[in-house]
Amino acid sequence: MQDLSLDDIPTLRLANISKAYGPCRVLDRVDLSIGRGEVVALMGANGAGKSTLAKIAAGVVGPDSGQIFLAGKGIRLSSPRIARQSGIVIVHQSTDQLGAPGLSVGENLVLDDLCTGTFGVLAGNLKIRQRAEAVATGIGLKLSLERDFGELGPAHRQLVAIARAVAGNASVLILDEPTASLSAVEAARLFSVVDRLRSLGVGILYISHRLEDIRRIADRIVVLRNGQVVAKQVRPLDLTAAIKAMIGRDLTAMNAGRTNSSAGKPVLNLRQVRLIPGAQKFDLTVASGEIVAITGALGSGKSRLLGAVFGLTEVARGEIFFLDQPWNPKDPAAAIAAGVFMAGEDRWRSSLLPPLTPGADIAGTIALPHRPRWFPFGLVRPARERATAEERIKTLGIRCRNSRDTLDLLSGGNQQKVVIARWQAAPYRLLLLDEPFQGIDVGARRDLIAAIWATRRESATLIATSDVEEALEVADVVAVMRNHSLADLYDLRTSDPASFLAAISAIENPSYSERAFL
Amino acid sequence: MSGDAEPLDTRASPAEPTFSLGHFLRKYAIFLILAGLIFFFQSFEHAFLRFNNLFSVLQSVAVVALLGVGVTVTLAVDGFDLSVGSIAAFTLMLTSYAMVVLQFNAAETVVAALLTGAIIGSINGLLIVWLRIPDLLATLGTMFLLAGLQLIPSAGRSITVGLNLPDGSVATGSFDPAFLALGRYKIGGMVPLPVVIVALLVGAFWFLMERTRWGRVFYAVGGNETAAYLAGAAVKRYRVLAYIISGTLAALGGVFVAARVGRGDVFAGSSLLLDSVAAALIGFAVLNRRRANVIGTAVGAVFVGIVLNGLTMLNVPYYTQDFVKGLVLVGALALTFGIGRDRR
Repeated sequence: MQDLSLDDIPTLRLANISKAYGPCRVLDRVDLSIGRGEVVALMGANGAGKSTLAKIAAGVVGPDSGQIFLAGKGIRLSSPRIARQSGIVIVHQSTDQLGAPGLSVGENLVLDDLCTGTFGVLAGNLKIRQRAEAVATGIGLKLSLERDFGELGPAHRQLVAIARAVAGNASVLILDEPTASLSAVEAARLFSVVDRLRSLGVGILYISHRLEDIRRIADRIVVLRNGQVVAKQVRPLDLTAAIKAMIGRDLTAMNAGRTNSSAGKPVLNLRQVRLIPGAQKFDLTVASGEIVAITGALGSGKSRLLGAVFGLTEVARGEIFFLDQPWNPKDPAAAIAAGVFMAGEDRWRSSLLPPLTPGADIAGTIALPHRPRWFPFGLVRPARERATAEERIKTLGIRCRNSRDTLDLLSGGNQQKVVIARWQAAPYRLLLLDEPFQGIDVGARRDLIAAIWATRRESATLIATSDVEEALEVADVVAVMRNHSLADLYDLRTSDPASFLAAISAIENPSYSERAFL
Repeated sequence: MSGDAEPLDTRASPAEPTFSLGHFLRKYAIFLILAGLIFFFQSFEHAFLRFNNLFSVLQSVAVVALLGVGVTVTLAVDGFDLSVGSIAAFTLMLTSYAMVVLQFNAAETVVAALLTGAIIGSINGLLIVWLRIPDLLATLGTMFLLAGLQLIPSAGRSITVGLNLPDGSVATGSFDPAFLALGRYKIGGMVPLPVVIVALLVGAFWFLMERTRWGRVFYAVGGNETAAYLAGAAVKRYRVLAYIISGTLAALGGVFVAARVGRGDVFAGSSLLLDSVAAALIGFAVLNRRRANVIGTAVGAVFVGIVLNGLTMLNVPYYTQDFVKGLVLVGALALTFGIGRDRR
């Protein structure tokens, strides 16, 4: 054993890891190793199993089978605390869980010490500052320690969280989509911190599907699809091949599978629209029977565009026409009355009611926007609501006991089906879907796409999604949005499969300088 | 992503509705306890179950139930009207002043009182919706404002017939008998008029909140304001309306108190706020709803009324009343939030 140099034994090795949630196999015999001072990029589409793998590595969930080795020794990571003690730390994606607003940056940097009691009883400002400075200089973080954590932007929060995470001599750092909400400059700062950690010998598992990040930072790539490792690369990286592996389908077959719809009359018409002051003007037409998907990075203006059509915001300049009439709904109620429906992103925030609320079951959730039309005299007839719901449950294949189930009993995919079912429960002219496939598995997505296709004939559909694969899968036309303006348009009905790849790389390659600041 | 793929198969199978004792107990706990208490009181004091006594219990809780229904509607939109007690007390002084000093008749007085309640409610609503003051703080402000304002016209004194006005003159008006009848008339010599009116209103508001689409919107706004707005609800209008309803009901409560007492008593409304909030919160436990609901509030008010009446009959001293009410409230909340959670 001794003749192996330390560098040859991977710091962390996950071997033969499998994990299933109920009937849904999330990870299937996955092998992954991270060496000393190595940045391994974990790629994969939504639902590929990236986050589950990261959670297993960080001790948040346990694998069904498989082994974990740390510096060559088998180990059981039964809790995040044990993982942290063993030197494996994770920095989660959501920026609001990264620290405690109301406390200073310095206090946040030593928060773990303060909370676990290892700091000692006396926690004077001077002592906190000294310890925090040590933590900050450890990764080269230059930030005023007095500032309130709550005032920091997402990038600084992330850096503080990383500094805090690696303070206790971490040997493996897991970063889950760290640049998702960062601007170019901020991302650059993050990368320099990652470089520094790499030079200190920390192994880094970097989860992302941003090609620019991966090109800049990764030493190796591991691509997951449907819970299996489908590609591994070392530098030099071939990212086009990686994307192919990630999407994994024969692109020709994918194109053949779609039913070509002939575009009917224009339903929505944007002319010379400037979304926000200073953005580029653009035009966009969505015809009846047509599905247009807008894709682009976070903050590129997709949601804003949908919101403007639904009466949530106004555009800075230009005109919107709906069925050849000027269109400025004053609120969602006006839009809904005219047959423009929108399912917002983040269903628990935008669409669903807490389980104890009356009408929070499947039937009530579907009925919510339609009651003024269904029950003009005010008296709610539950039988009417349930009949519609039962029919939708059958059409969409929603897995539940019956329409009286509250939404918290359903899986994410089925919850999302209910949201879509709500807006398909009454006739509409234009359906706006903001991130309709967010946080759902592949099977549910396939069902939803089928449902969207089944009802598209009489009406127009406009979808916003940051996931290119989803856009390519569902849409007739893919529009790429950048800096609150349309950058490219790919009509997938008329173009050959090769243009798919062109579209993908155009979408996946927005260089940071072009990326919008939120 | 994968975090959403929770185990499904166990609950996707159609579950037969099985009888569960725990569930049954949680659902009917309040009623079972009530039955037990009635049995207990009756066995010690045989006058307890007489109609006269029961209606006097109902009369004493009618106003609390009425204010409680208002609080319930504001709770439904995820608000909280702390000013109901002050609105009732304020209307009590206002109606007395209107009749004794301004010589209004019964109809004019009642209309003025209800309008005042609606206006105060809409001020509450606008403070909350327009100025975005948190519900509790806005209504706390109104509560103070009214508690002070009610003292000014009569210079801090109670308003009775022949009141000496601050300018030295003597008020010449009196309470309209028709007005007093509102609080004192008993239908068939037995059923107090306020009890009937409040019962009808409880029924009407139960219907509004539980059976109409407007009720669903009230609850939807309280459950998830964004979702309600994106589903086309006029969210702000509903929130203001909730406070108008609660202000108007509180004003009606003040009218009943004035009509029963027959004088503008400065201290008459003091316990109304806590009692009505307690009724609304005890209502959470009724039928294990775990949310504000109109029937629950009415049952909560009656529950407290029966406990107090029974204890009074058993000669338990009056000064223990608040303690007993607190005990009932904490018990009901424990039932709702602690052990009321169903494993589903």
